[in-house]
Amino acid sequence: MELDPVILSRIQFAFVVSFHILFPAFTIGLASFIAVLETLWASTNREVFIRLSQFWTKIFAVSFAMGVVSGIVMSFQFGTNWSRFSDIAGNVVGPLMGYEVITAFFLEATFLGILLFGRNRVPRPVHVFSSYMVAIGTLFSAFWILSANSWMQTPAGAELVDGRFVVTDWWAAIFNPSFPYRFAHMVAACYLTTAFVVIGVSAWYLRHKRHEDTARTAFSMGLGLVAILAPLQLIIGDLHGLNTFEHQPAKVAAMEGHWETQEGAPMIVFGIPDEEREMNHAEIKIPLLGSLILTHEAMGEVRGLKAWPKDERPPVAIVFYAFRIMVGLGFLMIGVGLYSLLLRKRGRLYDSPGFLRLCTWCLPIGFIALLAGWFTTEIGRQPWIVYGFLRTSDATSPALTGGNVLSSLLIYAVVYTVIFGAGIYYLYRIVRSGPGEGGLFGGLISGKRPLSAPDVRMEGE
Amino acid sequence: METYLPLIWAGIIGLGVFMYVLMDGFDLGIGILFPFAESEEERDVMMNTVAPVWDGNETWLVLGGGGLLAVFPLAYAIIMPALYFPILIMLIALIFRGVAFEFRFKSDHKRLWGVAFWFGSTLATFSQGLVLGGFIQGFEVEGRNFVGGAFDWFSWFSVVIGLALVAGYGLLGATWLILKTEGETQDRFYRLARPLLVAMIAFIIIVSIWTPLNYQEIADRWFSWPNILFVAPVPILTAGVALALINALAKRKEVQPFVLSLGLFLLGYLGLGISFWPNVVPPDITVWEAAAAHNSQFLLLVGVIILLPFILFYTGYSYFVFRGKVRAGEGYH
Repeated sequence: MELDPVILSRIQFAFVVSFHILFPAFTIGLASFIAVLETLWASTNREVFIRLSQFWTKIFAVSFAMGVVSGIVMSFQFGTNWSRFSDIAGNVVGPLMGYEVITAFFLEATFLGILLFGRNRVPRPVHVFSSYMVAIGTLFSAFWILSANSWMQTPAGAELVDGRFVVTDWWAAIFNPSFPYRFAHMVAACYLTTAFVVIGVSAWYLRHKRHEDTARTAFSMGLGLVAILAPLQLIIGDLHGLNTFEHQPAKVAAMEGHWETQEGAPMIVFGIPDEEREMNHAEIKIPLLGSLILTHEAMGEVRGLKAWPKDERPPVAIVFYAFRIMVGLGFLMIGVGLYSLLLRKRGRLYDSPGFLRLCTWCLPIGFIALLAGWFTTEIGRQPWIVYGFLRTSDATSPALTGGNVLSSLLIYAVVYTVIFGAGIYYLYRIVRSGPGEGGLFGGLISGKRPLSAPDVRMEGE
Repeated sequence: METYLPLIWAGIIGLGVFMYVLMDGFDLGIGILFPFAESEEERDVMMNTVAPVWDGNETWLVLGGGGLLAVFPLAYAIIMPALYFPILIMLIALIFRGVAFEFRFKSDHKRLWGVAFWFGSTLATFSQGLVLGGFIQGFEVEGRNFVGGAFDWFSWFSVVIGLALVAGYGLLGATWLILKTEGETQDRFYRLARPLLVAMIAFIIIVSIWTPLNYQEIADRWFSWPNILFVAPVPILTAGVALALINALAKRKEVQPFVLSLGLFLLGYLGLGISFWPNVVPPDITVWEAAAAHNSQFLLLVGVIILLPFILFYTGYSYFVFRGKVRAGEGYH
């Protein structure tokens, strides 16, 4: 079998970026959570907040370090495997990614060290301020990298000169059409992801009657956020979808599983897309709802996949399923949020065994929904790497062979499994040992090394 | 502006790479020297001398590598695929080494993570040498693409450069440890620094003869009249620094060996610069040809000019905070 360097490079990129995104996504939410806790501690002086803040800061430190380590790999991927893309689009995405690096550095070089190690060294307001700067820094990083990604989805503010993009209007390039929606959708997703980790860990403590004070507070805060943000995310997601419908209709057709262009399109709840025969098996559909959602008119026209030649369609099945996983988990989040309101009203938020169990199991759903969402949007924009301008198949490094990429992919797979396996195990140890142990104000200043913040050993005694 | 921007950026990227080589050089060197320590306690001390600063050192690599895409995308697009495997190995080795820093102190399998630390450091250094060797040999380019093979970088020349870098970083590490430790540990690294220095000098001589023999253009640059007048100070200074270093080690000076070792690296780097300027992709793509559009270069320059003082200040500050000797049983773990 001939190994295809393009598909292998795509798999490799998907692998390293999926691994990477888990950590920043989590730390974006966590940084804001810590800033809120620090503020509450500063304004109320209640010990529970500082205990929570210190505990989640340890988790933050390890996750941040994992994000940095896997991020260094990312900064080389575009060159090693996607050199045509780097040359053709470097003028646009280069500076945007450059700014992402700069923000991350700025953050690491200044405020992260103070947040992790400076509690006893700086006045309290400075420490609180640092927690804000770290939170803002992570959001700025997300801003730039999502701007670069969005530009690839909906390019604007640039023109092709001698086969390479040159920026004509930075404002238009940075705030390209899909960027505001993608940014809002992603940030909300990060917050929800973190909230479900906080909720899941707290529910686990509550079930095991450990650290109940802090667990109750965190549980309540997390569920409060979910109750508000999960429904809001549905609205943001809908707006993002409408934006995609306008700029990348083929992606929406794949998400919805529409093959035929129709007025009054149904919403296909489930089905098994068949790309060979250009139809879905075992469809369950709701009439007219598809058009209603996408065009806000019952008889609005929705283009189907057949409107595009076969070589301009994205892979359908994976986009179709990934989208349903994301939306399904979104509704589960809304359900958990609303149910928590009901329990809260009845004063039974902390002692409903079934709900606590559900919340423990929901710990990873944010990550899964996030990845499903990225698979939807990234596979859905295929076959383009810069939408409408540059095909993914024309973007890889010409000299690479399939064998080269296969070997690097295998090496990454093995190493990531070992290293991140150890890292995740280490996180698990921190959770096991829980908040409020090892003294309140521990930690000597030790430079800016996030991984050294938690004073937890990796193995049992 | 269009002429000067690429020059400014060449300076910034050059500085980034050089800062990286110097700073990660000595902490990689400590990993290379790990097997020579007598005990796990001594290894703790060695690690603790760099623990507060090593990841700051590594950020310079991202500035060099990530910056290249933004400001010299063509160089990035040619060099990265051409050096696919050395870069892959370097990244993997750096990951292993980085997490070993923390996990070694936190795990019960201290020896195992110690081995990972040594192996990762040595492999990362060696593959950086392969990257440099591949760079010196130049790249087969057609149009705007690298068209050579995945193993073009492999040659005895690049292997020698790899070994040279292991010796060189080892020397930086040993002299750093002379500066940061005392007693028996310090003695051990005085003893180790001498053969490392001899090896480093030998490698400098070998590479200085081999390179111009292989590459006529580089020979012309160094040995033609009147160039030879302007560039002669580099080898002369190198010889002077090497002698001063031998002397400083013999007299058991504490600070000079490290500073002079940095000097050797600076001169080597200058030598490379002289050999290749103004090419950013050997043999013949210049900084101007590889430059991004000037509005792209300018946009990022604004950010970097704001950021650079912060990085330099914070770097200096953390070295200041952690100045002085490191003793056994001391450390923040």
